[in-house]
Amino acid sequence: MAGNNPNLKPMNLTLRVWRQKNNHDAGKLETYKAENISPEMSFLEMLDVVNENLAHTGVDPIAFDHDCREGICGMCSLFINGRPHGPETGTTTCQLHMRKFKDGDTITIEPWRAQPFPVHKDLSVDRSAFDRIIQAGGYVSVNTGGVPDANAIPIPKSIADKAFDAATCIACGACVAACKNASAMLFVSAKVSQLAMLPQGKVERKTRVENMLAQMDKEGFGACTNIGSCAAECPVGISLENIAMLNREFIAAKATSDNV
Amino acid sequence: MSWFTKTFSSSIGRKIVMSITGLFLCSFLVVHLIGNLQLFNNDGGQAFNVYSHFMGHNPVIRVMEFVLLAGFVFHIWDAVALTRRNKAARPIAYAVNHPEQNSNWSSRNMGLLGTVILVFLIIHLYNFFLPTKTGGLDKVMIDGVMVDNLYIRVAESFKIWWYVVLYVISMIALAYHLMHGFQSAFQTLGLNHKKYTPAIKGFGYAFSIIVCLGFAAMPLYFFLFK
Repeated sequence: MAGNNPNLKPMNLTLRVWRQKNNHDAGKLETYKAENISPEMSFLEMLDVVNENLAHTGVDPIAFDHDCREGICGMCSLFINGRPHGPETGTTTCQLHMRKFKDGDTITIEPWRAQPFPVHKDLSVDRSAFDRIIQAGGYVSVNTGGVPDANAIPIPKSIADKAFDAATCIACGACVAACKNASAMLFVSAKVSQLAMLPQGKVERKTRVENMLAQMDKEGFGACTNIGSCAAECPVGISLENIAMLNREFIAAKATSDNV
Repeated sequence: MSWFTKTFSSSIGRKIVMSITGLFLCSFLVVHLIGNLQLFNNDGGQAFNVYSHFMGHNPVIRVMEFVLLAGFVFHIWDAVALTRRNKAARPIAYAVNHPEQNSNWSSRNMGLLGTVILVFLIIHLYNFFLPTKTGGLDKVMIDGVMVDNLYIRVAESFKIWWYVVLYVISMIALAYHLMHGFQSAFQTLGLNHKKYTPAIKGFGYAFSIIVCLGFAAMPLYFFLFK
């Protein structure tokens, strides 16, 4: 019986939510009540309930990004009580549950703050700067022809594992949001090192790192100061070793690439 | 822009300059500390004055003075350039932010710590380095050579309580600056591996504490025991 379990008692919360009509609006924090919230709800479901009530009272619902709600797409964001994706480590906001909060809590919800991530509306930000970095080199040129056998390209397990770890980056932007400098180095490093480790990525290896980093700088992201807050907040656990690898790739490319 | 200027005006290029100059300045700290250990010689400053006379007149050291100056200039110049870029990357601050839950204080305040060190450096050079260049020091005869009596200037300065406080605070700032900076330099140069990174971090902490304790011991020694 849910009613007898004290852990499942509905909660009442106070939300301080960033409201901003569009990118030209100054925006400000507004206070809302979130009442009768089940601890079993995800954070986004809690916002759904709040939005339902706002819609009934004629207030514009709070805009926030979300898609799969399974923790794999990287679309949800939210800076919750001073941390990207909230207080729990290794989780996206959609996988953060209300049982992590206490009845009566005040929760402040802000959008990712970075010059290259302009606010669309309220808590929704434009992360297409990441897309443009990928377009600058985060791909492998396809060799059209017959489909190769699965094991035709030998890749040692240890390298495949490392490349896969880097490939788990869901490009949510929590690294940028957490970083004091709004640096995108963890994101770029995951994408660069994933491809640099695999034979398919070797062809464009040097040009890739040069172009992706040039685009990263052009977008206006800050520089890395090796604080480590990005890796600490990353929902999929991308490690700082990738940033070291990115630095190595950059040095090697600048020293030996043909791009003068 | 040529590939060279592109490289060194990019964010990682500037960081590489920060890391190499930073490690070079660390090597200077070691030389400076070892030389200044002469202050603990109980010989009325003779060994220290011989040492400072050597440092002021040896041609190799004189050339290294300019290399060292260049090291400081590039380190500070790129720090300013990077800080401006980093500030511009987040024009609107968070209303509620808890960076202490995901990073160290010293790593987030390298600019502040560096500024404290810079202010200290200016006072330090004004008091000890500049007079050796402008002839503002008393002379003393050692082995038939007239040399600046820098020891007396040091001994007198370190009798002033606020001067001692300034030195100790600055060395604490330097220790925190190095604790993050030393290991961070290796990460920037792409050196991060399970084989040696724990050793670099351990050495960096020990280096920061030992070097700064050594420097802080000098004013404290003169203030308390001389």
